[in-house]
Amino acid sequence: MPDAPLLRVSALKTYYGDFQALYGVDIAVARGQIVAIIGANGAGKSTLLNAIAGLNAAPPSAITFDGADIGGEAPYSIVRRGLALVPEGRRLFASLTAEENLLIGAHVKRAGAWTLQKIYQIFPALSERRDTPSRSLSGGQQQMVAIGRALMSNPVLLLCDELSLGLAPIVVKEIYAHIRTIAANGVSAVIVEQDIQQALRVADYVYCMIEGRIALEGPAKSLSREAIAAAYFGV
Amino acid sequence: MAGLSVRRSSPTTRLATGGAVLLALLLSSAAFWASDNGLRLMTDMFLYIALACLWNFLAGYAGLVSVGQQAYVGLGGYGLFALAAKAGVPVLYAVPLLGVAAALLSIPFAKLLFRLRGAYFAIGSWVLAEVLHLAATLVVPLGGGSGMSLPVRAAQALGRTPHDRFVATYLTSLALLLAILAMIFVVLRSRMGLALTAIRDNEGAARSSGVNVDQVKLIIYVAAACGTAMVGALIFLQRLRISPDAGFSVNDWTALVIFMVVIGGIGTFEGPILGTLVYFLLRETLANLGPFYLIILGAVAIAVMLIEPRGIWGFVRSRSSLQLLPLSFFVSKSKN
Amino acid sequence: MENLANAIVQGVMVGGLYAMFAVGLALTFGVMRLVNIAHGDLIVLSAYVALITTQTLDLNPLVALIIVIPIMALVGYVLQRGLFNRTMGTDLMPPLLVSFGLSVIIQNGLLFLFSADNKRLQAGAIEVASLRLTDAISIGVLPLLQLTLAILVIMGLQLLLYRTAIGRAFRAVSDDPQIAQLMGLNNRHVFGLAMALSLAIVALAGVLLAIRANFDPATGPTRLIFGFEAVIIGGLTSFWGTLAGGIILGIVQSVASSFDPGWQILAGHIAFLAVLAVRPHGLFGRET
Repeated sequence: MPDAPLLRVSALKTYYGDFQALYGVDIAVARGQIVAIIGANGAGKSTLLNAIAGLNAAPPSAITFDGADIGGEAPYSIVRRGLALVPEGRRLFASLTAEENLLIGAHVKRAGAWTLQKIYQIFPALSERRDTPSRSLSGGQQQMVAIGRALMSNPVLLLCDELSLGLAPIVVKEIYAHIRTIAANGVSAVIVEQDIQQALRVADYVYCMIEGRIALEGPAKSLSREAIAAAYFGV
Repeated sequence: MAGLSVRRSSPTTRLATGGAVLLALLLSSAAFWASDNGLRLMTDMFLYIALACLWNFLAGYAGLVSVGQQAYVGLGGYGLFALAAKAGVPVLYAVPLLGVAAALLSIPFAKLLFRLRGAYFAIGSWVLAEVLHLAATLVVPLGGGSGMSLPVRAAQALGRTPHDRFVATYLTSLALLLAILAMIFVVLRSRMGLALTAIRDNEGAARSSGVNVDQVKLIIYVAAACGTAMVGALIFLQRLRISPDAGFSVNDWTALVIFMVVIGGIGTFEGPILGTLVYFLLRETLANLGPFYLIILGAVAIAVMLIEPRGIWGFVRSRSSLQLLPLSFFVSKSKN
Repeated sequence: MENLANAIVQGVMVGGLYAMFAVGLALTFGVMRLVNIAHGDLIVLSAYVALITTQTLDLNPLVALIIVIPIMALVGYVLQRGLFNRTMGTDLMPPLLVSFGLSVIIQNGLLFLFSADNKRLQAGAIEVASLRLTDAISIGVLPLLQLTLAILVIMGLQLLLYRTAIGRAFRAVSDDPQIAQLMGLNNRHVFGLAMALSLAIVALAGVLLAIRANFDPATGPTRLIFGFEAVIIGGLTSFWGTLAGGIILGIVQSVASSFDPGWQILAGHIAFLAVLAVRPHGLFGRET
């Protein structure tokens, strides 16, 4: 018997002023799943995540989380429900140290297992750099802080936007290993990724977007290279 | 195949421009049909319209929000009294001289003030005005804290009878207003006008498009200083008396002006004129309210900024795409 | 010589007050890029609130602070959420013009309610109590108290900003208002708190100044300018720099006043313009 999905997006259309970015997107994320959304630049992946997190406008019923309509709700209220975003480009608070960035992630005070200690356990490199100003950290370390910051809100669902952006391949592998550990700890995830190989390796289910629409979807294992390439490039 | 033609004028703007010319001619002849009180009132109005248009030019177009233009009003007023009373310069010659002097003085002032951005620039401009205010109280030959009156012989150089003086002041003020309006109009139609629109919309983008933003801002600031000082000279010529508090009054020369421009429509050519006219229409009613009139004006200005920041004229224009003056572009299909 | 030393000491004391005006400005500018032109008029408003409180409750103004500070903090919160939050955005004109309009309204409202008469807060014996340092120099107890409070306030602010959750929230919202919302921060509320804190500080300073010097509805802009000059002289980089800026301004004014009282405020303006000309980012600020 299938559970109702943890997150459901239905026929979502979003606009930037007069420009339409999403043309009716449907996705579903089940509890315990890692879902990947792939697609070229400008496909609307970040727009989708931002809409789910409340940074873009959406009609209330277009986005349902844990049974409740959350479309268009304020971001600070959405994060209280257990939905956390790791934004594209990390977007750490520049004047805060690594630890302060983590601490502010806990501002929302949701009960759960994620504490500062646990974050440092998963990311030992951060523990040595806890008092470093965040802008002095390396790209990989910043990404870890960004993920940790989102985890500090004890989310049920983690949204990750382009984790691999600007990072060396070896660092990317390390980051995604951590994602698998995090998922094993009971956090579901939606991963937006340009690195298709990485996305397929870590995800259970994949959506491919092009120009604001879903072009292809299916279990990661069952999608063929040719099908993905065709959907990705729109041929 | 039909092409497109781009024109700067339309039937409406031609009509309006013609109307404006007729109005100017009518006003020039006021000596023949207006009473003394009428002349004084209209002089007052012309000078306030000039102040409003200049402030709008500075803030609404160049983005330099100054709350210190009273510095130049006072400078013009005191300069006139100094030149006329102490140096014996005929008052009407003193006015353009003061314009030039103020323009030159405003350059080092601008260099200092431009080191501040945004609201800090605004407060800095206020400090500058306060410096001049305090300096005026310390200059004893010009009356110190209590101020001075214009010597009778200097006033009489304008005209032997009060009526002659009113007419002379009226015509000079009208001429100054028309010159200022013409200057603003010409600039807005020119390449600099385009640069101003670009700066107002996005300063960073304007810079990277090659607009010399700092130079444009400096030119506008100097032009506004020049105009404001000349207006100040005429204001106090009309009043025949000046004091530091009157010359550098924030309420009279900045607060009122800002409220008029905001209510009329900041960033448009017609807005400040409209706002000033509205104020003068209400002035009789407002005068009975004592300190309340500024409270009401302030509240209305705040309401305008929050609800319809484009002011009355901006609102009218957005609803009717009415363009009275040939300041924008009209695209139409040309007949082939 | 002793006259000069005395003037400097007095200047240091009043500089603490100026620093508190400045810190209030710097706080709202830092957290939400808002410069409140009505800042000085709100300082004067605190003095009038203290006046009413001391008169109706027959309290010493220093005791009345317990009532005045919370009142002004509340005023700040309501002002921010009710008025200034509607002007937040990338355009600098709405907050500037709205706060200017507010300034005019407050001044004229006070003028209507209290007339243009000079007022002063009476603090009793403490006003003349003093400590003898040397034969020629004595420090008033009240001015010393003011300087001590200024230092305590700044220490408190530093602690708040760097050791507490709300301080982290202020800094986060200042760095990135959009992402701050993802942390569960309601920006509208955080801005309100920042303004409340700012007005609480200036209420303290405003009441202290009103014990030392006369006030009337038109003295607001001068207070704003003192705070602003202290900010520019000291630089925006740290609150301690702002304290230094306030003290320098106080000293300049005091020394000038000892030569000729008419030069007091003007000397401060000139010092400000000099710093602006030579070191625009402040004597203790870093170039950004």
